[in-house]
Amino acid sequence: MDATALLLAATLSAGTVLAIAALGLLINEKAGIVNLGAEGMMLCAAIAGFATVVHTGNSWLGFAAGMAAGALLAAIFGVLVIWLNTNQYATGLALSLFGAGFSAFAGIRYVQEKLPEQAQHVIPWLGDLPFVGPALFRQHPMVYIAMALTAGLIWFLYRTRAGLVLRSVGESPESAHALGYPVRRIRLAAVVAGGALCGLAGAYVSVVYTPLWVEGMIAGKGWIALALTTFATWRPARVLLGAYLFGGVTMLQFHLQALGVDVPPQFLTMLPYLATIVVLVLISRNPRWIRLNMPTSIGKPFYPGS
Amino acid sequence: MTDLQKRSLLKLAALSAVASAALIGCGKKEEPAPAPVPAPVAAAPAKPEPLKIAFAYIGPVGDGGWTFAHDNGRKAIEKEFGDKVVTSYVEKVPESADAERVIRDMAGQGNKLIFGTTFGYMEPMLKVANDTKGVKFEHATGYKTAENMRTYDSRTYEGAYMAGVIAGKMSKTGTLGVVGSIPIPEVVRNINAFTLGAQSVNPKVKTKVVWVNEWFNPPKETEAATSLINGGADVLFQNTDSSAVLQTAEKMNKRAFGWDSDMTAYGPKAHLGSAVINWGPYYIKAVKDALDGTWTTGQAWWGVKEGAIDMVSMAADVPDDTKKRVDEIKAGLKDGSFSIWKGPIMDNTGKELIAKDVVADDKFLGGLKSYVKGVEGKVPGN
Amino acid sequence: MLRLEARPQPSKLWSFASPVLALAITVLIGVLLFAALGKDPVRGLQIFFWEPIKSPYALGELMVKATPLLIIALGLAVCFRSNVWNIGAEGQFVIGAVAAGGVALLADKTTGPWIVPAIIIAGVLGGMVWAGITALLRDRFNANEILVSLMLVYVADMVLSYLVFGPWKDPQGYNFPQTKTFEAVTQIPRLMSGSRVSIGLLIALAGAAALWIFLFRTYAGFAQQVGGLAPSAARYAGFSSRKALWVALLTSGGAAGLAGALEVAGPIGQLTPYVPAGYGFAAIIVAFVGRLHPAGMVFSAILMSMFYIGGELAQSRLGLPKSLTGVFQGLLLFSLLACDTLIAYRVTWRKGAR
Repeated sequence: MDATALLLAATLSAGTVLAIAALGLLINEKAGIVNLGAEGMMLCAAIAGFATVVHTGNSWLGFAAGMAAGALLAAIFGVLVIWLNTNQYATGLALSLFGAGFSAFAGIRYVQEKLPEQAQHVIPWLGDLPFVGPALFRQHPMVYIAMALTAGLIWFLYRTRAGLVLRSVGESPESAHALGYPVRRIRLAAVVAGGALCGLAGAYVSVVYTPLWVEGMIAGKGWIALALTTFATWRPARVLLGAYLFGGVTMLQFHLQALGVDVPPQFLTMLPYLATIVVLVLISRNPRWIRLNMPTSIGKPFYPGS
Repeated sequence: MTDLQKRSLLKLAALSAVASAALIGCGKKEEPAPAPVPAPVAAAPAKPEPLKIAFAYIGPVGDGGWTFAHDNGRKAIEKEFGDKVVTSYVEKVPESADAERVIRDMAGQGNKLIFGTTFGYMEPMLKVANDTKGVKFEHATGYKTAENMRTYDSRTYEGAYMAGVIAGKMSKTGTLGVVGSIPIPEVVRNINAFTLGAQSVNPKVKTKVVWVNEWFNPPKETEAATSLINGGADVLFQNTDSSAVLQTAEKMNKRAFGWDSDMTAYGPKAHLGSAVINWGPYYIKAVKDALDGTWTTGQAWWGVKEGAIDMVSMAADVPDDTKKRVDEIKAGLKDGSFSIWKGPIMDNTGKELIAKDVVADDKFLGGLKSYVKGVEGKVPGN
Repeated sequence: MLRLEARPQPSKLWSFASPVLALAITVLIGVLLFAALGKDPVRGLQIFFWEPIKSPYALGELMVKATPLLIIALGLAVCFRSNVWNIGAEGQFVIGAVAAGGVALLADKTTGPWIVPAIIIAGVLGGMVWAGITALLRDRFNANEILVSLMLVYVADMVLSYLVFGPWKDPQGYNFPQTKTFEAVTQIPRLMSGSRVSIGLLIALAGAAALWIFLFRTYAGFAQQVGGLAPSAARYAGFSSRKALWVALLTSGGAAGLAGALEVAGPIGQLTPYVPAGYGFAAIIVAFVGRLHPAGMVFSAILMSMFYIGGELAQSRLGLPKSLTGVFQGLLLFSLLACDTLIAYRVTWRKGAR
């Protein structure tokens, strides 16, 4: 019983990184932009956050620095893709490559550094409840922020005017333009917001999850987040659950090992990716479902003059 | 394309070519072209040329673990020999086709003694060794040698045993956890030695092992450590190269050890001791051999006796009699009176691995593939 | 203020000049970076652009590095020109290597040299099968090929990992996760002794020539590109965009698989978990910087290889960190993408309010 509670707790923590990054990418993609540079943004944010905490001792400043780094890189990406109409996939890839190299480069002097001691986070009364206490209520605040973000995004996208405009830009930028909305500015805002969230996730990794800096430490989580957004068919609540699922698979792998179950670890690691492909197939085969789920203008450039 | 366009293209190409040639040509004059192999020093009374030494590292020098320890060894050489040597390194050389190019380039740059610090450089080094007989090659953790290539390794299991002694004493639940990297004999040895050490203090102790299947992946190491703690382990040990396991233990109020280098700073409350590898003594000897002309091939395996392995920075709350025991073990390893692998030792299926009073030799240790009694599970891939 | 004005038609000058300008920008930033790090910028440039070509051995190593990049890029060019976005070339490379490795493992001391073509064919087929999965899912279910091919990269990595940690592990290898070293007879023949350049280079150059003919001189090539870029127009003309999809993916999958086979039966000589070297992703940059044109890609492959090798050399000669290679490659692509705007747009200066 106790072990299951702890497994749950670990899953929540592991999933939080993916959730925040994927929610950021979701904002991008709802506006029709695919940013393959997630990994690069997260890496740069990780070193920005880590360096900030090394110098100031304050984790929240570190998170802010991470968000700023992500937003900045996303802005560069956004200008290239939205105003200069460069190919989204190539530009995103370039961002990933550049981000990986630049973060490694900038982080050289921080490799041996360590961060100040972190407080244990336990919610006073809830944290002592049997089972749910250790499972749910002894987490770093970021875990709850991820949940709040999900709720907030659902409200924003489906209950506010601004969210509606964003979605319509993603569905049909031409119509939105015809209606007088500044499509390109809206897309840029979406891209920058998405970058900020990816940055937050990256900073969380280097400041809280594994508090150290080593190049490449994001280890593919950016790419998983991209898959996750698709797996969740672009809906925030599904993103959160999917994140826990994907995060859980990694923890499950070790859990099973410790139990002596002899499944080759590679099969477990493959699961999230295979699952994403299956979901993609399922939602794409019916043209109606695609229209219902995938923002139509994903990946396509928008020319205001045309 | 039209003639006009062809001409524009040609002009552009010519311009770029001229520009680049000018730029590079200017630079070239400042740099004397290095000869592929430096000419032998003519009989001159002046000071002899410093010995050029190069290191190929698998990871970054700042990893705080494996490569960091090797680089410390390199610095020890510089300190010891001063201007008699000139050292250089290339870090993050992957264990792939690139390794051959880097090593060959090192040989071509006039390095006479080249160190390759990971198993995966074995084949590339061998190829280059066969092609450049005048250069000496040292390969860490490998098993193939040549006339001008020898191997060296450290008896990391000695550090693991000493950690085990401390762990056995300090564990309250009697369950120990090991974050394993890749299930090669060296790592299996370390897990076994760790368990044997713990059992010498607490015969009922159990060890759980979780494999990350990589040498270095901090997030995964964190998750592995978490799952071990969730499974009841309260003292952790690792064979991976980052400080993530120690940091996880610190976060979750458990104890752990440092590995490869002194990791006290990464988990001051959790840290029990660090099993460090000190490559300095071996590297100094290797350079001395090369300078004195007494370098011969072989397979070196150094441990506490030669100063290559140590258990350092034991925590303040480790009882004095345990610390004394660790010191006794070190002394016993130095003078040969103590052996970790003295039978009877059973594996965890009940089969006898080492008979009573028999001391296992290096060959046996080199092929060790099963867990000793007390370790749960099976070595993967067997 | 600066404004972008659409040109009446794409500028031919800038389609050639844009990569050159992008390279110039990257070099300029590089020089500034070297200076900021306290290193001699000219020496830095020398290491990246002169050292990799200054001796026959160095040239050979450059070709060894450039060959897989070029081969994969050639295949990707077919894909991208047909508007099929195969981002998963890395996975196809790995599966090609796995297939080739599997055949190579069958060889023993008595096998004859016939095994070499078998290895190469196995690699090509392996890559094709892997890309074929993406093609099938896009064809039958409309699944986005970018995401599917990307996911399959990770699946491919896991397949390789499973094989070298498990069934294909060398029994004499002390439990290290790698296969045994392939028998000498499986080695792809070298072009000349003293260098690691294999006939793969010839295959790559032949491929470039073949691609040029296909794209610009054959009816099929024309149909292929139209089929991808303008499906409605293609349908009207009787070109099949379904066929274009399959041809594109199978070609690039086969090319990536071929590159994998050449690497594994060439410089590496066995299967290890380090086979995925990122060539599949780097080749995307090679393809773009080469403007998806065979001749351009030959040069961009060489350029990218210079960045790789230069980055290694910069470490031992100047003490510069390896991460610079990634920085330069990313910068090059960024600048290229930005400069490409000049092909379709003109930069003008307009006075007054916008």
